[in-house]
Formats: sequence, structure tokens, C-alpha cells
Amino acid sequence: MTKTPSSASPSLYEDKRIISMPVRYLINIVAIAVFMLIGNLIISEGIINRTYTTILLQVGVYIILAVSLNISTGYLGQLPLGHAGFMAVGAYVGALAWKAMPHGLGYMIIGLIVAGIAAGIVGIIIGIPALRLRGDYLAILTLGFGEIIRIIIINLPDITGGTPGLLNIPKYSNFNVIFIFVILTCYIIHTMMKSRHGRAILSIRENEIAAEACGINTTYYKVMAFSVSAALAGVAGCLYGGLQGSLFPSAFGFMDSINILVMVVLGGMGSMIGSVLAASVLTALPAMLQFLASYRMVIYSVLLILVMIFKPSGLMGTYDFSLTGLIEKAIIKIRGGSKNNAKEGQANE
Amino acid sequence: MSKNQKQPVKLVPIPSPNIIPERDVDMSPILEISHLGIDFGGLTAVEDLNMAIGRTEIAGLIGPNGAGKTTVFNLITKVYQPTRGTIMLDGRDTAGLNTIQINKLGIARTFQNIRLFKDLTVLDNVLIGLHNEMDYHLAEAILRLPSYWRAERIARERALELLSIFDMQDLANVKAGSLPYGAQRRLEIVRALGTNPSLLLLDEPAAGMNPSETSELMENIQKIRDTFKIAIMLIEHDMNLVMGICEGICVLNYGKVIAKGTPEEIQANPEVIEAYLGKKKEAN
Repeated sequence: MTKTPSSASPSLYEDKRIISMPVRYLINIVAIAVFMLIGNLIISEGIINRTYTTILLQVGVYIILAVSLNISTGYLGQLPLGHAGFMAVGAYVGALAWKAMPHGLGYMIIGLIVAGIAAGIVGIIIGIPALRLRGDYLAILTLGFGEIIRIIIINLPDITGGTPGLLNIPKYSNFNVIFIFVILTCYIIHTMMKSRHGRAILSIRENEIAAEACGINTTYYKVMAFSVSAALAGVAGCLYGGLQGSLFPSAFGFMDSINILVMVVLGGMGSMIGSVLAASVLTALPAMLQFLASYRMVIYSVLLILVMIFKPSGLMGTYDFSLTGLIEKAIIKIRGGSKNNAKEGQANE
Repeated sequence: MSKNQKQPVKLVPIPSPNIIPERDVDMSPILEISHLGIDFGGLTAVEDLNMAIGRTEIAGLIGPNGAGKTTVFNLITKVYQPTRGTIMLDGRDTAGLNTIQINKLGIARTFQNIRLFKDLTVLDNVLIGLHNEMDYHLAEAILRLPSYWRAERIARERALELLSIFDMQDLANVKAGSLPYGAQRRLEIVRALGTNPSLLLLDEPAAGMNPSETSELMENIQKIRDTFKIAIMLIEHDMNLVMGICEGICVLNYGKVIAKGTPEEIQANPEVIEAYLGKKKEAN
């Protein structure tokens, strides 16, 4: 066939990785450690006060929520509106598990895992009927589910504390715990999306009929993506409980699901860094601009309208950040002779 | 995950592009269709279709627009469940199976209106075709165990090897949607080959290609058949391609078979000329 001019290098694929895999891991681990150290220093040295520390931790929780919702919206291409429902399941199950167990690091992790599994199972139960539907219908079904969860919580005061709330939850969620779980969530999603399972999920978004013709069990992968998304939301919910020390059903309403969805859409569906940035900005900004509280929803809507008009794919599109990729790019630039500057996952035409 | 244990990737060597091996047509049937029919409401789209395709045969399915050719493909791949009749793949009845199971049994297809994963790279498209050839579990992928790296490396090499059939390995990192039309059609064939089929269904593979691309495609279809030793069934309106490479041709009109035979027999059949070729001449 006739070669397009853009494919100048014959070994476009092979040459791309300048930095070998172990070195990549090392760079990333070092970067994570540095971030964690800086975070700890900022908090312990009192550079930011307690209010801002709480905001920082909330940002972490919302990052997990946004990147987990991104699995089912950005990668799978569905529109679920019940993410706060999964968060609630995780939050209450985790909090009750924590309260039932003695204090300790091991018990904290068990509580988080139990919360994740519980939300994941609920995700499977909801996902099997919901994912037979498409678009609007799926949105309405999951919206209804989120409300059902909230109503159940209100109506089980003996277990969940009902409307007055579940109090005295062990406050496990400090900076390190949340930071590690943010990293862990991003890592799980990243590695999942780089595997055959992740590609199967993407293929369903791209063209379901073709995916089936390629022998991909679309129902299975839809439910899998949905339940992984739910399980991670459950973990985030559990961390939320450990951060607040108390849980109220009103924190898991329809608007909270929408909030998370706005983060994903604003950041760019299918872009993890987009979700992270949007979650950070949209959590930190309203908290820091308390004096504008009454205008919050107005600002939200205007922001969303502007993004939809000028960049419908979200601020980041489907761009995915890679530290080592960035370093590689820099190396190529320094070397001058940029034989292959095609970025991973992006077209060069 | 993969409940049925898959054997490791079967690496069929792909020869250099200039060598086309000797023809070796195995006519023992891979696919046997008998009395196949489907009704959509009151409309009978396909009626009493009987045909068999040899194990390494290139078969053509032709007919005027709306004759029911794509419907036959959709019946074979179980996009529609047939109202009547049976489809036997390699001696096995396919009744009650779904599209995914049919693919796993060894039928791969391309689509008339191209259905690529447009926002993914060319390489990813082929890797999705190779999905069932990899057998690692999700946990192995998340923990990045050696089994993950090994399976991914083999699959990537395999994907590039498959792309090299059409000399597309250089385009591995290009978005599929940005490829020119002809290349998109070729990529669909490569993706279908990735699923390791024993029968490949091509729905108008030459549509939108210029004459030189079409003749290259003809060579490539034969090359695919000869190297992979698979059966190929194609729907095509380009008579040069059909008459040039098909060993057996089946002509459909209004859902019914009006002729079957070798290209020479079909070309001499007055009924075909009247129903199909004759009409075309008038139109021109």
C-alpha cells in the first residue's frame, strides 16, 4: 500500500520506549515518594492549616470517585448516574465494619476491602439488568438505584443510624492512607486499561457489534467494568467515612452523583489525568471560595456549558499523562533528531 | 475469565509479500448450510439456501442490491437467528449459539459499513482481535506478572506480523479512524484474522478501492487463504475480483439461490445475466 508521509520511521512501534520498564517503575515510585514526603511535610510543619488539610483529603476522596466513574463513563461509554449510591454502600459497610472491629492498621485495611467488595457486589447486581439498557434508560435506572440506596439507609435506623447519621466512625483517613489509595486506584485502573480486559472495555465503547464479532463477551466486560467502578467508589466512600467521622444519608443524594459526573465530563471522558485535575479543582474551589457558596451551582453550570461549547471532549480530551513519557519526550527533544515523536495513544495525523 | 482453556497463539508463518504459494484447495466442507431461511415479519429475506464451502476454498456470494447477501452473513454469524434450516460448522450444528461463541468456533467477519474501533490505534484494533488468544487473568494484568508481559509481547509481535500482510506495520500507532478508506478495510481483515478463524467472511472488501488497490487485495486474499489454510467467503460487487479469485460462486436474488457453480458457469448462466449482469448493463 502507499505509505502516508507521517509514517517516516519504519520501526515506529519498537523505538518508542527509550526508558526500560524497570527504570520507568523506579521513576514513578520515586515521584510518588517525593509527593508523599512533601504532603507530609506541608501538613506536619503547619504550612497549611487544618481546614485546608481537610480540603486536601477531600480532594483525594473525590479523585478516587472521579477516576472510578471514569471507567464506566469514559472507557465503557455508559452513563450511570448512581455513583453516590455505590459510594454510600462502601461508606456504610466500611464504617460498620470499622466500628465492629478493634482499632488497628490491619483492621482498617480489612474494612476498606470489605467496603470495596460490598460495593462491587452491588455493582454486579445492578449492572446485570442495567447494562442491558442503553443511554438514557441506563441513566434513569442507575439514578433510581442511587435513590433506593439512600432511602434504604434512612429506613434502617437500627443499623445505619438513619437520618440522624452514623457517628463515632474511627477517623482512619489521614493524608498517607488517602494518598496511598489514590495512587493504588490510579494504578489499578491504569494497568487494567493496558491489558486485554481494558482493551475489551474500550472496544465496547467504540463499537459493540464489532467487539462481539471479535469474540469479546460484551455483557461480561460491561458488568466487570461497572463492578470495578463500583468497588473503587465503595473504597472512596469508606475513606470518606473515615475522614468525616460521621455519615449522613443526605451526603449521597442525586446531586452528589451529578457532581462526580461533572468532574469526569469536565476533565475529559477517558482521561485519567483529566478526572484527577477536575476532581481537585471542583472539590477545592468551592471549599476555598466559601463566600461564593450561593453561586456555586451557577458557576458549575456556566463552566460546564463553556467547556461543552469550546471543548466537547473535556479539558484533557482523552490525553493520558505519563511522567516517563514526558521525560522520554524531553530526551528526544534534547537529542534533536526526533525520529519518532508519535505520542502514545494519540494519532499523528 | 476464559473458562475454556485456549491453546497458545498458533503462529502461522507469514511469507514475504512477493511469494504466493501454490494453490491447494481442500474441498471437504468447513461450512454446510442447508435449507436456511429467515423471515422478518411477513418478508422472507432468505429462502431455502443450500451451500457448502470447502476447507480452503474462496467462495463468492453475489447478487443484486437487496438480494439478502449480508443477511446470509448475519445468519452465519448469528446476528440473526435463522427461522429455518441448519448451519453446520466443521460438522457441528451451530443452532442456539450467539455471535461470540460463533467467533470462538472459528468464524470471523468484516462489515460492509466499516466497524473499526476508530479512536483506538491500529495496533490496539488488532490486539482486540487477538483478545481470546491471550489467556491471562485480570489480577495478573494488575500485578503485572511475567505471564502478562509474555502474553502481551507475543500478541504484539503477532499483531505486527498480521499487519505486515498488508504492509501496515508502520501504521501501528496511528488512530484507526484517521486511516484512508482502503486501509480501514484492510485493517478490518487483519483484525478478523487475529481471532484465528477457520472461515473468514468478507463483506464487500473491495468497496471504495481503486482498481490497483483491488488487484492488490485479490492477491492478498489468495495469500491469506494459502498461508493460513482457511476458507474465505466474500460478498462483492466487483466482478473482476469475484471472477478472478473465487473457486465457487453462489448467486442470490430476492433471497433465493438462482445459480451456483464455477466462475465460468456463472458467467454463462442466462438467468444470472438476466437478474444481475444484464441489469447492470442497462443501468450503464
